[in-house]
Amino acid sequence: MATHAPTHGHPSSHEIHFDTRPLSYWWKRCVSWSVGSVFFAVALVWVLRNLFGNTPTWDAEVYTTAMAGLGTIGFLIGIGCFDWWWNWMLGRRVDYHDHSMHGARTWRDYFKVNTDHKVIATQYLVVVFSFFVIGGIFAELVRAELATPDETIGDAQTYNGLFSVHATLMIFLFIIPAFAGLANYVLPIMIGAKDMAFPRLNALSLWMLIPGGLMMAVSPIFGAFNAGWTAYTPLAVQGGTGATLFQVGVQVVGASSIATAINFLVTIFTMRAPGMTVWRMPLLVWANATTSALVVFGTPFIAGSQFMTLFDRVMGTNFFNPSAGGDVVMYQHVFWFYSHPAVYIMIIPGFGIISEVIATFSRKPIFGYRAIAFSTVAIAVLGFGVWAHHMFVSGMAAWLRVPMMITTIIIAIPTGVKVFSWLGTVWNGKLHLKTPMLFALGFISTFVIGGLSGVMLGTIPVDIQVTDTYFVVAHIHYVFVGGSLFTIFAGVYYWFPKMTGRMYNERLGVWSFWFMFVGFNLTFMPMHWLGLQGMPRRVAAYDERFETLNVFISVASLLMTVAVLIFFYNMITSWHHGPKAPWNPWRGRTLEWLVSSPPSLFNFEATPQVVGGPYQYGVPGARHAVVFAPEEIGGELTETERRTILVIANETVASSTLVDELRHRATEGFWRFTIAVPTEGRDRDAAERRLQVTLSALAESGIDASGLVVDGDVFTAAETVRQDEEVHEIVLATYPTGRSRWMAEDVVDRLRKATGIGITRVVVLPEDARRPLDQAGVRRVAVIARDALGAEGLVAALRERADREPIGVVLLHPMDLDGPGWTDEAEEQRTAAFDRVRATIDAIQEVGVQARGEVLDGDAAAAAKVAVTAHRAEHIVVVAARGGALDSDESLAAVRAAAGAVPVDSVVVDTEAPASPSGQAG
Amino acid sequence: MLRSRHTLPLAIIAIVIGGACAATALLFDWIPPVASEQSDRVDDLLWFVIWASIGIFTLVATVLIYSVFRFRAEPGDESDGPPTHGNTKLEIVWTIIPALLLASVAVWAYIVLSDNEALASDREVVNVTAQQFAWEYQYPDGSVGTGDLHLPVGRQVELKMRSRDVIHSFYVAEFHLKQDVVPGITTRLIINPTKTGTYQVICAELCGVGHGVMRSRVIVQSQEDYDAWLAQAQQKVQALSQQGANQPSDATPAPGTPGGDEAVEGAAGQDQGSGGTSTDGGETEGGE
Repeated sequence: MATHAPTHGHPSSHEIHFDTRPLSYWWKRCVSWSVGSVFFAVALVWVLRNLFGNTPTWDAEVYTTAMAGLGTIGFLIGIGCFDWWWNWMLGRRVDYHDHSMHGARTWRDYFKVNTDHKVIATQYLVVVFSFFVIGGIFAELVRAELATPDETIGDAQTYNGLFSVHATLMIFLFIIPAFAGLANYVLPIMIGAKDMAFPRLNALSLWMLIPGGLMMAVSPIFGAFNAGWTAYTPLAVQGGTGATLFQVGVQVVGASSIATAINFLVTIFTMRAPGMTVWRMPLLVWANATTSALVVFGTPFIAGSQFMTLFDRVMGTNFFNPSAGGDVVMYQHVFWFYSHPAVYIMIIPGFGIISEVIATFSRKPIFGYRAIAFSTVAIAVLGFGVWAHHMFVSGMAAWLRVPMMITTIIIAIPTGVKVFSWLGTVWNGKLHLKTPMLFALGFISTFVIGGLSGVMLGTIPVDIQVTDTYFVVAHIHYVFVGGSLFTIFAGVYYWFPKMTGRMYNERLGVWSFWFMFVGFNLTFMPMHWLGLQGMPRRVAAYDERFETLNVFISVASLLMTVAVLIFFYNMITSWHHGPKAPWNPWRGRTLEWLVSSPPSLFNFEATPQVVGGPYQYGVPGARHAVVFAPEEIGGELTETERRTILVIANETVASSTLVDELRHRATEGFWRFTIAVPTEGRDRDAAERRLQVTLSALAESGIDASGLVVDGDVFTAAETVRQDEEVHEIVLATYPTGRSRWMAEDVVDRLRKATGIGITRVVVLPEDARRPLDQAGVRRVAVIARDALGAEGLVAALRERADREPIGVVLLHPMDLDGPGWTDEAEEQRTAAFDRVRATIDAIQEVGVQARGEVLDGDAAAAAKVAVTAHRAEHIVVVAARGGALDSDESLAAVRAAAGAVPVDSVVVDTEAPASPSGQAG
Repeated sequence: MLRSRHTLPLAIIAIVIGGACAATALLFDWIPPVASEQSDRVDDLLWFVIWASIGIFTLVATVLIYSVFRFRAEPGDESDGPPTHGNTKLEIVWTIIPALLLASVAVWAYIVLSDNEALASDREVVNVTAQQFAWEYQYPDGSVGTGDLHLPVGRQVELKMRSRDVIHSFYVAEFHLKQDVVPGITTRLIINPTKTGTYQVICAELCGVGHGVMRSRVIVQSQEDYDAWLAQAQQKVQALSQQGANQPSDATPAPGTPGGDEAVEGAAGQDQGSGGTSTDGGETEGGE
């Protein structure tokens, strides 16, 4: 179950003291710490190397490693990521509700450490799109180099640096953190939380990206690392200083990624609003939960692989040095054990975004919500079992290839399920082709191509032919650009109004899509042909017969550049003076659309209530969540409208099973209950009495419920209620199949067809339906009777009492035996008494009063004691037959004495013919 | 639903898209010339996967394009679509059918793989040594070392490949085959050449600055030509060794004693700052 989002004091009741130190203070501090740390690193290494006599004293790689590592820490300290923790560690007084760095009031607040997830998300997106621009420039340089078959703009060494940095920046500093940035903004709001679980850690994750990314971006200046983003050893060990920067950079960025993932996991697991069960989570939340698990398990492996390479380079270890017992292929195993799941880290959040966008713009519930959610998890789990499909020709153990091919191919199945489910969502919808939707539909078509070429690559013999050729280049770009990038664009356009409070320019958005879509396909589709024909990847000079096509590709890639320029122009100008965005421009159903654009400091003024699934488009009156308006906090809620669940039950209405179920449902959402009891031609008053018991018990629990008895059958009951109010769901309580007449008549299906409303069936055991409801709101009445059993008067007396208040009856038959209790005669008397008690109980139940009974040895006073102690009776009624054993003042006085504070009534009845027992049905 | 008014337009779109895809597949020359038994088998498999892919892509694209035109909301239409939450039967179908297709791909791939790697008893064994940035081929029977790979047509050859420095990859597009050459281990590649001719050997695994020019030739000859060439080469080697040059004996370590000099050279690469340009001489050799 969801737990309550937390801990934050409410803004209105908690004065926020904003930090007043100017921007210049933070950045001066940041620069001095960074520079100081770098110098300290140099000095430290110099001293240590001299001290221990390491030669040569000046070894560039060792110094670079120390400078990059300590410089990063200095940067983070200087910018202020650790201030709060530092004070806490020193035992200074820290405010756990310190919001001084929370939220942005001016643009300046975006340039320093902030703990507001919305500010952090914006910072994330600005940072990652900056790296996207750098990576994009590298991409165009790659295409410039490839415009002629010879070396064009630089030598092979330069070219190796270009594509290595391009891939590294796009993967580690654009795609992965871009999803983290988008989710940072919308995910806490989607689950009804006020922020992420660890806001300070969240800030740290962001600021780690900057030094990590800079290291990778500037690495070409220091002798580019040129082993490709996969950095295979031993080549990576040969590389220059740039390679060291790459290896340290991966550690920093990886740490950022892990911290973010842990943050998401904790947020999703502990901070969902009441009613936000896992099956009500939007698919974006599912996707990010899954991705975060992948990151937490997988990223340490790439960290390990790069640490080992780094150690080989700077510390003289021999992890991957074959001449000293190292294993070259092991690097690939460790690397791909992360980097294949990383492919899913780079696409699963995109699946989440696409699910949101497609449902909203198709105006339909997502098709197969659970199938999509499960397939996400399936992909993640299987994703850890396929890494070696990158290594079919690597010389690894040959037997491993076929199992890896099988797991690889299996992954295509859940992926296919997703694609088909999206098509099912689009089908028969009401499509609004806004920019996010265009990117989503474009994504489906291109991602399918990427997936199909993935199946080809997963097929070992085909892989042996085309791996390390342009076919692979085409495949990864169909997955990363046609897949990830398209979904990032879809997400940015989709949530732009929410983030900035302004609308983007739709026409420019559509233009950017078409330039992107056409440019992308023209660029990467021909690469399949190049790869099949045998053009290897990662070469600056290539066979002349490929020239025409490469020129074509280089020109086509410019279309994508145009698309990106339009995108940036649109974003920047719209952010400044786009038209004001409404709260919910797309008429979405998830929680982020139920708050203002942009949302307030803590998103929600009061914790929202989730009452239904996230994609209930087209379901009349359905809603996902209830959000309360700010001015009403503490007083009457503006949102008083509750949704009705119709409960239909006859004899089972007063069962503890049903009452407990309704109580449970009430905690899940903002529900009210209308309980209808169809008489089906039987005693109306009995039905009324049972109903009163249930209503009283529910009222006692503070649940909004009303009820009515309807003359007629189940269908009449449903119709009667639906004439008065809108019913969201029906709960039908029946006896178990086999015992139940309703089930024999197939009432559930017929009712569903008749009403078109979802039905939940609650199964009630017959014993449970007749036993007294032992809950607050129902008065426990003990009836002590002997020869009055079976008398009409007894039943009448209880009936009359049940009309006054809801009661549950326990019938006690004291057997004041004359002789010893173990004789045959005594046994016969007892058996007779049992039969009479059972018959009487049936008679009482028949009139709608729940009852059970007991035969006990002793007199009436003993029975009263049992009633008070064992049955916790709140009222005792002594029913005496006129002139019978109990019809005496002494007996009554003894009962009163035994009952203590419990009130005792006495009823005297005439004994006549016993009330006939009758069958039960239900 | 599909039996009704949607059927005809869907069929038309499917024919157009499927036709366009099929035309693209057939009219362009996607597959390089075939020169080995392995490549024939891979081709059949590849075409099967391609046709299955075209089928699936056509299905997806058809539904997508039809939906965009047919189900587009009228301007101003704010209503919702029907609340369809799923369809279990359909979901099972679109799980099972791809599963069956993929299972057949896997089985087929397994068969092709085992056929491609089945060893013949009369195979020729050639030792291949890769280094930055050159290929070297040694014929054990005649102690012949050469920069071009000569192969007899119609006879299986097994390449035993080792690397002196970093990972390389032996790739001949016409054979549809590729195998990494990894320092520290010996990798193998089985080829059954079927067509005489001269093809390019490409290094497919990024190996440093000369990666793009790390090429050599594979010359597939008839058995007679091959024998003649081998005999001639052996004579040359003998002549050279009589002159006192010991280069060929250096380049042909006895099979079964791996490690040795390669390991020493591999270790040299580990030294910090020593860069990757120590073996530039190989470049011209590879270019020949």
